Amino acid sequence: MIPPPPPAAHVPRTVRPPGPLVIDIEDVTKLYRMGAEIVHALRGVALKVHRNEYMAIMGPSGSGKSTLMNMLGCLDTPTSGHYHFNGKDVSSMSDDELASIRNREIGFVFQTFNLLPRSTSLHNVELPLIYAGLPPAARRARAREALENVGLGDRMLHKPNELSGGQRQRVAVARALVNHPSILLADEPTGNLDSKTGEEIMQLFDQLYEQGNTIIVVTHEEDIARHARRAIRLHDGLIESDRMTGN
Amino acid sequence: MPLIEILRIALSSIGVNKLRSALTMLGITIGVFSVIGVMTTVTALRSSIETGLSFLGTNMFQFGKYPVMGGGSNRREIEMRRDITLEQATRFKQLMEGTADVVCLKVFDGGGQAVYNGRKTTPDVTLAGTNEYFINANQFSIELGRNLQPEDIELGRPVIVIGQDIIKKLFPSENPLGKTIKMKGRTYVVVGTFADKGSSFGQSQDNIAMIPITRFFGDFGAARRTVNIATEAPSHLLYNETMDKGLTAMRIVRGLKPEDDNDFEVYSNESLLGAFAKVADYITAGSFVISGIALLAAGVGIMNIMLVSVTERTKEIGIRKSIGARKHSILTQFLIEAVTISLAGGVLGIVLGVIVGDVVAMLMKASAVFPWDWAVLGLLVCSGIGIGFGFYPAWKAASLDPIEALRYE
Ligand SMILES: Nc1ncnc2c1ncn2[C@@H]1O[C@H](COP(=O)(O)OP(=O)(O)OP(=O)(O)O)[C@@H](O)[C@H]1O
Ligand SMILES: [Mg+2]
Repeated sequence: MIPPPPPAAHVPRTVRPPGPLVIDIEDVTKLYRMGAEIVHALRGVALKVHRNEYMAIMGPSGSGKSTLMNMLGCLDTPTSGHYHFNGKDVSSMSDDELASIRNREIGFVFQTFNLLPRSTSLHNVELPLIYAGLPPAARRARAREALENVGLGDRMLHKPNELSGGQRQRVAVARALVNHPSILLADEPTGNLDSKTGEEIMQLFDQLYEQGNTIIVVTHEEDIARHARRAIRLHDGLIESDRMTGN
Repeated sequence: MPLIEILRIALSSIGVNKLRSALTMLGITIGVFSVIGVMTTVTALRSSIETGLSFLGTNMFQFGKYPVMGGGSNRREIEMRRDITLEQATRFKQLMEGTADVVCLKVFDGGGQAVYNGRKTTPDVTLAGTNEYFINANQFSIELGRNLQPEDIELGRPVIVIGQDIIKKLFPSENPLGKTIKMKGRTYVVVGTFADKGSSFGQSQDNIAMIPITRFFGDFGAARRTVNIATEAPSHLLYNETMDKGLTAMRIVRGLKPEDDNDFEVYSNESLLGAFAKVADYITAGSFVISGIALLAAGVGIMNIMLVSVTERTKEIGIRKSIGARKHSILTQFLIEAVTISLAGGVLGIVLGVIVGDVVAMLMKASAVFPWDWAVLGLLVCSGIGIGFGFYPAWKAASLDPIEALRYE
């Protein structure tokens, strides 16, 4: 499914024109209270992301990348500030509404894959569709399609411990995309992979971008960030720079 | 999210911890087993009794010193009562002549041993000293030879009628009629045999022999002996009238003044049924207490195992929430898991309880039943326990913060 990586210099760089606004955060802060001490993970971040963007979030360890990403993925809520997702104010949503956004609108890929260890690839990919209430036949078909799309058509009945790291991450990507979300969020998706496998995953992302997905990737590697069209840099809980990338 | 999916998830996670789930189930099984077992036996006995198994013959009532089945709160007072002597009983029978002709006097001794020609029974034969109406009162029938006769009683003849258990031991291949046997060290001539009666309430009814009551008092003495008197009314219509006359006669015989209370017990089929019901109620109450305690302990066990399970699966819960599981999906998943463990234990308890309860009932000659009402109630209670004790762990799981849960290692 995935073609062998062509030399980097020849990668065609399409830039799709930006679509409607998906993510709009304003003045977002996040505090963690550690006993008497207060950690300012985010100190007032504003960010707009449109459909069809391919963005990297960079920055040193502890700069707040994961905190920001979890917030964008509606897994966590800001201490203060506003977050509009597809025009809806997320900060005022109930737990169930947030669950519904996570289920339908957001695909999240984790550094540690976060697959259910005792379930097959197919079942793992089906899971979001189960929670979406799809009938069995339809969701099985869609899960198959999603797995085939990441090149795992022949690994449907394998469990995570029967797969390589790269394959596990592909399953996670298939799971993130199976419900056709508005945006794909990936927090260091290559962090637990060797550089060759990591490169393969990034090529998969490139391909997904070409197919029309909107993607945000957290990374602290320049090589990875180069795949994106836009890169923001966090430092100490603030956005330090926001620029288009190009070779 | 459809219930069937949640059910599938819950079942598969039970499957992962088979041993642990099975041990938790066991507590519920024991609790349900004890109450269903007892209720099966009681129900079987009740329905057998209601459909004909009567303690006394039809239209019979009985007087005696002691109440049946150890009941009665004032044991002391009962112990203080005078015994009903053979003279009193005989007098009663005379007074009842013309009103009720079938009046059976009877006394019993246990632990008798019968000996014939070097063969012996085990020393557990019940020997009755009685009259010709014993077979009416205790629902026996004569197979060979003859019943006791009035002259046997008048003359105190040393004759005996023996039951099938004794015949099997002493006369495996002989006709017992006319043979002289020893019973409790005394000598008697066998004049008749009882027909096979089987067992009742787990005891053989055939390990019995009867001799004239006059002979019994002569051979074994009158000390500490009290006669039971069973009277048969001539017809059902005359039952109450006969009972009234019997009571009057009994008070005369006992020499009671009008203001004195009866110093004897009256039993009828109804009062015996009542006494049985009372004993059954005590046993039922006891089994309820036992299974209540067992089920409470089992419920706590379920809560414990579910809390452990929630903690172990924090990460899984985080994953499920991160891809869009709602609070109630997680809640239902864990509740179903708890209810399934509880119900499985309950079903096992019901099956075992019904089997054991019916075996016990059949040993008591009652026919087997399936107590649907108790089984359904048992299942409801088990579901209740699963929901009740599973709710807190399930709620805890459902309320986990997705990001905290994902971070859990
Ligand atoms: N649950 C938490 N409790 C307390 N402090 C936290 C918590 N999560 C994050 N922090 C703090 O917030 C800051 C930002 O953390 P974050 O995980 O967002 O960094 P990061 O940029 O993703 O780092 P890395 O590149 O190492 O993954 C750090 O100082 C971290 O210690
Ligand atoms: Mg991080």
